[in-house]
Amino acid sequence: MPGAVRPSDVLRADNLSFQYGDEPVFSQIGFSLSAGDFAGVIGSNGSGKSTLLRLLLGELSPATGGILLFGRDVRRFDAWPRVGYLAQNGLSSGANFPATAEEIVTANLFSEIGFLRFPRRAHREKAREALARVGMAACAGRMLGTLSGGQRQRVLLARVLVNEPDLLLLDEPTNGVDAETVASLFALLSRLNREKGVTILMVTHDIARAEESVSRIFCLEDGSMIELDKAQIRKELSHKHKHPAPLGPGRFAEGGGKS
Amino acid sequence: MRRAFAVGLLLAVIIPCIGIIVVLKRLSMMGDALSHSSLAGVAAGLILGINPIVGAGAVCIAAALSIEAIRKRIPKYSEMSIAIILSAGVGLAGVLSGFVKNAANFNSFLFGSIVAISDFEMILVACVSFAVLAAFVLLHKELFYVALDERAARLAGVPVRSVNFVFTILTAVTVSIASRTVGALIVSSMMVVPTACAMQLGKSYRQTVAGSIAFAVAFTLLGLFLSYYARLKPGGTIVLLGVVCFLMILLVKKLAALCVAAAGRGGS
Repeated sequence: MPGAVRPSDVLRADNLSFQYGDEPVFSQIGFSLSAGDFAGVIGSNGSGKSTLLRLLLGELSPATGGILLFGRDVRRFDAWPRVGYLAQNGLSSGANFPATAEEIVTANLFSEIGFLRFPRRAHREKAREALARVGMAACAGRMLGTLSGGQRQRVLLARVLVNEPDLLLLDEPTNGVDAETVASLFALLSRLNREKGVTILMVTHDIARAEESVSRIFCLEDGSMIELDKAQIRKELSHKHKHPAPLGPGRFAEGGGKS
Repeated sequence: MRRAFAVGLLLAVIIPCIGIIVVLKRLSMMGDALSHSSLAGVAAGLILGINPIVGAGAVCIAAALSIEAIRKRIPKYSEMSIAIILSAGVGLAGVLSGFVKNAANFNSFLFGSIVAISDFEMILVACVSFAVLAAFVLLHKELFYVALDERAARLAGVPVRSVNFVFTILTAVTVSIASRTVGALIVSSMMVVPTACAMQLGKSYRQTVAGSIAFAVAFTLLGLFLSYYARLKPGGTIVLLGVVCFLMILLVKKLAALCVAAAGRGGS
């Protein structure tokens, strides 16, 4: 469990429990992220990683415990443009939505443009800059349906980055994209974290790549969450190369993972 | 006939504005459910001696809000909410139509009677059209983002609930006035077909919206001309023109793709 609340806490979860009906997902978990942390969350399928992100976004209510975003209870939090979220399955409307990359990125500038107001040239330029940051400047005018999976993922990342968020919540951002795109995404995230001080919490299965980039790794398994140190991760990686198997906290326990 | 053109043009502009959002939210059948429900309102209006369009509007709004309410409760099977309301609307219209004395008046709402609308209906269509168009233009980016990704829209600060509510009312009002003119059985096609055509050709969301309106206007004008000179039902003619145009676009696109592939093989 995290200790006392610190002013530098960007994100803080205390005694968090959640269940779908009678099916418990996790119980009494807690962690906190300080400004500038780059954390990964690993765990096998169904361990509750995406559920954790939905709780952090206030979409689900925990059975017990609470969440603070920038020191404010998530239920009353309203500065959402400070939080960038990249969903595991991309867009809810599907990949063939009839809009250009620029239109999609500009849409996320809603709070800057204002209710019932129209985007101006400056907003469109800002969208193009965000696309350029993810290497998609040349595709600004292309329709989403004509882009590859990796290019679409970059557009969605640009949409998140256009608001210059202080906290990024990423749900398996490298799912279904090629190795080259994975490498460039991780390089971009590392740069954002290092140069802009963006705090990042990323759910991932790619433990090898995560180990190179992140400063902290949490493992969510069997209803509990533990933080791993680098030695444990390296041990897990070597074990994984020899015996590919789902992750489990039991294998980390002997390394002395802290909760 | 001049009045028919004026009403047809107004509807040709607003129906695709609603239609594109309905299609993009994967609720293409919503127009069907509302237009069928509107028939229950028409029957109720005729029985109670009030204007059938007013009756249709009231029932449409109730039906649209019910669809949204059910959709929220069963989000994984949201299309089921449409089927439930469609069934309820058809059932109610069927039962109430048995009590309507002037069956010909009721039947005119099935396929519309754009050439025989009254002064009051003309004014109503004009007022509603301007209101819907103004709301669509003002809420343009909000509707776009909610249709694209409701969760991201909420995180970006879009008042998703309010936008959905307003859109539901706009849809209901549009369907109820369109049912009198193009017909309850055809209004849903008018929402979907021009959008489907525009989606085949549009190179951006903006172009797709403009294309949907352009297609709807073209179908309406051509359909009215054809129906006048060939003595056909206007509503049905307009929709059939749209479907033929959609099939032709698909065919031309397929042929163009084959030509490009053949040219590529020839070049290599």
